[in-house]
Amino acid sequence: MIEIDLAQTPLRQANRRLQQVAPDSNERSFVIRNPQGAHAVAAGLTDPIEVTVEGHVGFYCAGMNKEAEVKVIGHAGVGLAENMMSGRVQVTGNASESAGATGHGGLLVIAGDTSSRCGISMKGIDIVVGGSVGHMSAFMGQAGCLAVLGDAGPSLGDSLYEARLYVRGRVASLGADCKEKEMTQHHLEKLGRLLDRAKVSANPRDFRRYGSARQLYNFKIDNIGSY
Amino acid sequence: MTHQPTIPRTTPRPSSIFDDYTLSEIRRAAATGVYDIRGAGAKRPMPHFDDLLFLGASMSRYPLEGYREACNTAVTLGDRFAEKPIELKIPITIAGMSFGSLSAQAKEALGRGASAMGTSTTTGDGGMTPEERGHSTLLVYQYLPSRYGMNPDDLRKADAIEVVVGQGAKPGGGGMLLGQKITERVAEMRTLPQGVDQRSACRHPDWTGPDDLEIKIHELREITGGHVPIYAKIGASRPYFDTALAIKAGADVVVLDGMQGGTAATQEVFIEHVGIPTLACIRPAVQALIDADMHRKVQLVVSGGIRNGADVAKCLALGADAVSIGTAALVALGDNDPRWEEDYQALGSTAGCYDDWHEGNDPAGITTQDPVLSQRLDPEAAGRRLANFLAVMTLECQTIARANGKSDVRNLEPEDLVALTVESAAMAKVPLAGTDWIPGQGGY
Repeated sequence: MIEIDLAQTPLRQANRRLQQVAPDSNERSFVIRNPQGAHAVAAGLTDPIEVTVEGHVGFYCAGMNKEAEVKVIGHAGVGLAENMMSGRVQVTGNASESAGATGHGGLLVIAGDTSSRCGISMKGIDIVVGGSVGHMSAFMGQAGCLAVLGDAGPSLGDSLYEARLYVRGRVASLGADCKEKEMTQHHLEKLGRLLDRAKVSANPRDFRRYGSARQLYNFKIDNIGSY
Repeated sequence: MTHQPTIPRTTPRPSSIFDDYTLSEIRRAAATGVYDIRGAGAKRPMPHFDDLLFLGASMSRYPLEGYREACNTAVTLGDRFAEKPIELKIPITIAGMSFGSLSAQAKEALGRGASAMGTSTTTGDGGMTPEERGHSTLLVYQYLPSRYGMNPDDLRKADAIEVVVGQGAKPGGGGMLLGQKITERVAEMRTLPQGVDQRSACRHPDWTGPDDLEIKIHELREITGGHVPIYAKIGASRPYFDTALAIKAGADVVVLDGMQGGTAATQEVFIEHVGIPTLACIRPAVQALIDADMHRKVQLVVSGGIRNGADVAKCLALGADAVSIGTAALVALGDNDPRWEEDYQALGSTAGCYDDWHEGNDPAGITTQDPVLSQRLDPEAAGRRLANFLAVMTLECQTIARANGKSDVRNLEPEDLVALTVESAAMAKVPLAGTDWIPGQGGY
């Protein structure tokens, strides 16, 4: 375990260290201490390394993450794992707005709650939220899964494309072109595998499934009230 | 029988406000129930660079000898913070246009033409294609609200990153690419179902406001190591404040796009009724740079309806460091060429007016994903035409600069200009020709 103390090391230097791990190196496990809410901690990682951040982080922690496993022991600010490509990002506390925004792949696990727009424009990322998500979550979601063990705020899945949404608790309201869909055996199995990957204990049968009604995919004047 | 004199009839009087275009649009809207969508920028008459004139040399100013005395055109963009700023040989860049809205051939041609002249081209709302990267010596990677195709590997291949806050054709509006152009490849790059009408978000998904933008730029620098410049592109609406806020957010370069700037597809009402003219946005932006002591330190790139070297020279004289062209570059490639008139007529348009770029039927093979139409554009020949056009623009700009006694095109200044109309004088803040009157200044 290689230690990086952000109280002593400039962030740019710390991130470069994490971004430039030699492929043949045995350096695969890092711990970052004293993040003190810094922004863009462990951003832009592209190697299969493990990074544990001990403390709260600011905006864009693990932004654009690829291959790496990043674990934040604490809370995270806006844009956690934004545009994530692959790998795994985990937060033991809560996350602010736009967690997993535009993520293309990988797994994001938030133990607590997240604020609004969780999974906005998601493009293949899988997100598991132990608590609740705020309003407009999965707005314009294109691909991937969002599983919420708690409640979802208003306008869940507004203008949804092909992202799949699962909510165990109450949904305040669905957004335009988002509707509840049948939870088939196929979806139960898929959700079960996702929860297993996230190491979250929950019964897929307790969830309801939501997806796109696909009525706004092409402009129709009769849908004018939904645009 | 009494003779009835013939009563003379007055000539039918067309309405100045219900003109032919307006009437046809009312009929079209009534028939379809859908707003009109089109490409390109604002077409309405408005004060523009043609309303300005250079004074040239006189008793108190001596000119430089054309083709003999040097007149520098090179410009460096992004040396405020970036370790590797962009070094342009000419002050004319190619504006952001996406693969998807344009054919792969057109993107390649833009890269070829720009690279031949030592300038940059720019991606658009659809990610970076290998063809584009391969043919562009200097490539600016747009960072847009949609983040289609965005990934850290392409980000690190870019020579600069342009955070798009807005666009002159539609400040406050998102992108649009209708289903006809969402082919298999475009759909895959954008992670969308094939054939859907793609609507890009109008604001970024993970930041709002200038304080957040500062943190976003910080993140982009962390990911790219701070090597490349970060531009902020804004649509012309509140240029003084937007420029000031972009500077505060840490941008290396501000790209300011006036309402004549083109788009691939947007509502006609948006294009023609939102935003301000390019001519009107430059001086407030420059003033913001001066007030922040950042003029020439944060470079200003202006776009929106720039068509020739005179327009370039006027932008630079008003305080810009470089310009960006989009529509003019497409025309140089072959867009709206009369050779395709028969095809334009079949589409209900005519060469010079064709702007239904969103439909994907461009006879010139430029604003289309149709494989047959795209083949009409030879990327090498089109790239050569663009290079020629850029060379002509540069020579024209140099000609004007030398005539005004400048050994560097960026030494042109507002004092070299006069305006032909009161409106353009007020917008450009230069005197009305033959007077010393600048409307709005000195209490008048």
